[in-house]
Amino acid sequence: MSERTVTRAEVEDFLYHEARLLDEWKLDDWVALFTEDGEYLIPPTDVPDGDPQRDLFLVYDDRHRLGERAKRLAKKSAHAEFPHSRTRHMISNVEVRQAGAAVQARCNFVVYRSKQGVNDIYPGHSLYELRAGADGSLRIRSKRAVLDVDTLRPQGKVSIIL
Amino acid sequence: MNPQDLDPIGWAVVDDKARGVFRVHRRAFVDAQILELERARIFSRCWIYAAHASEVAEPGQYVARKVAGRELIVNRDRDGRLHVFFNTCTHRGALVCREAKGRARNFSCPYHGWTFADDGRLVHQPIPESYAPDCNSDGALNLREVPRFDEFCGFIFVNYDAQAIPLADYLADAGDYLRMASQHGAAGAGMEIVSGTQTYCAKANWKLLQENSADGYHADTTHASYMDYIKAREGSVLNLYSEKGFGRVRNLGRGHSVSESIWGTPWGRPCARAMPSFGAEIKAEMDAVFETMAARVGRERADFICHGDRNLLIFPNLVVNDVCALTIRTFYPSAPDYFEVNAWALAPRGESQTLRDLRLRNYLEFLGPGGFATPDDQEMLELCQRGYQAHAGVEWNDLSRGMATEDGPSPAKQDELQMRTFWRRWRDLLAGAAV
Ligand code: FES
Ligand SMILES: [Fe+2]
Repeated sequence: MSERTVTRAEVEDFLYHEARLLDEWKLDDWVALFTEDGEYLIPPTDVPDGDPQRDLFLVYDDRHRLGERAKRLAKKSAHAEFPHSRTRHMISNVEVRQAGAAVQARCNFVVYRSKQGVNDIYPGHSLYELRAGADGSLRIRSKRAVLDVDTLRPQGKVSIIL
Repeated sequence: MNPQDLDPIGWAVVDDKARGVFRVHRRAFVDAQILELERARIFSRCWIYAAHASEVAEPGQYVARKVAGRELIVNRDRDGRLHVFFNTCTHRGALVCREAKGRARNFSCPYHGWTFADDGRLVHQPIPESYAPDCNSDGALNLREVPRFDEFCGFIFVNYDAQAIPLADYLADAGDYLRMASQHGAAGAGMEIVSGTQTYCAKANWKLLQENSADGYHADTTHASYMDYIKAREGSVLNLYSEKGFGRVRNLGRGHSVSESIWGTPWGRPCARAMPSFGAEIKAEMDAVFETMAARVGRERADFICHGDRNLLIFPNLVVNDVCALTIRTFYPSAPDYFEVNAWALAPRGESQTLRDLRLRNYLEFLGPGGFATPDDQEMLELCQRGYQAHAGVEWNDLSRGMATEDGPSPAKQDELQMRTFWRRWRDLLAGAAV
């Protein structure tokens, strides 16, 4: 991948696109946003700056497992998400830093989840490592969704993708 | 006549061995008065897991957390002695410790400034001249220790009943299983809690989680999508169900039970059972861990620890699941239809970075609120709880499976002996039996 300058507007469009894919449950398309060595992480609520090789995370997916996560969520037997909850990913406060083809982005998020009369809110911020392709594409090398709650109560679980 | 009119508790459990019928009344899951009784007769009298010794290994270390509804401080004082205090100021009640863990030589109350040493002694009151000079001569103003606490193989328990029987007696045959959970690893250096706590909840009755945590009957349906994942990755889940595969449930006494197997589950174990996908290098490292453990604890026991799985239920609210990783899980109800869970990963001290990383990955493929299985368990508990709203119309849960063979040598994991063991103890304690 050769270098090009990535604008904040471009990153915002990319994050909005990702949010829309998640809210529309187009999870295979979401997986395709990741590079071959992509990863998806959610640190524990009491160690938000933790290291997944050292600390017990909530989610520690390499590319294979995040693909399987998406596949699983499409099944009726992924019971916590059957029938699928309705979600809405709100993205704001996007910041971008670039060093060559490596682009670091951060944003704030709020994800609303509604299922069978229960409404849950997941506030947090995400740290992205993006790869800018010469063809104008962006891919996710790493997405770390940091929950800004100190316990998963009353949400209870993170059965959706943040 | 309503069954509950018969007597205060006897109505809740039908235990008829002759007919092979075991039933639990659904009111036991929804009734606020039952919860009050559980608090008084179970949670205020049984030994309750509070912390692991590794969390307070060094002088000055503390953790502060809620244990069976009470705010506690577990700490090691500067002389190395373990304490468990109620985290409440003896002046007018404020919590004296507001951080979940750390190091402290003193606990200073934020309200009026009373300060307690790490051994609980009241060492400072602002404007002391307004108090009688001997106001604490009997020590009543020191931080209050819980009536009883004790440690067993690194597991620290508390008891809110000063008359409680000793912890080791309480644990009965479950004690050796806790010991097994403390013997993992090549180094033989004991165990440690991995940093990172999974603090979550479910909108269901707490007893449903105890039932679920060792339920061998639900795996193929509740966790069908997890099994698909393993099948896809490993080629087949059947490889591990070898001829030497064996599984059973044991009643461990005093309401405790274990669902255990050897070579009987489809996942890999960080201690120390490799899956094909782990690769040759990791397999070699795991085999070496096994040999070291065999030299230390004996080959037969090492075989059982490394190649077996155990879902251990300690009455009333401790689960030590030694499966695709080793997890400690404890929970407490704040309402009949809501409980809070704290879960941790327990791991051998001195584990190699390779195996630690594998352990954490393996843990998260199944366990925890973001895993491929735990959310589906939570969903099932919540579906049950919703079903119980109709308890006046459909009154009974059936837990009769395997009742005819429950006194035989090897009750099957898919049977419901582990739940019956829990409910019999629950019934007896709620009716007023001694712990
Ligand atoms: S309540 Fe603690 S000093 Fe007053
Ligand atoms: Fe389960």
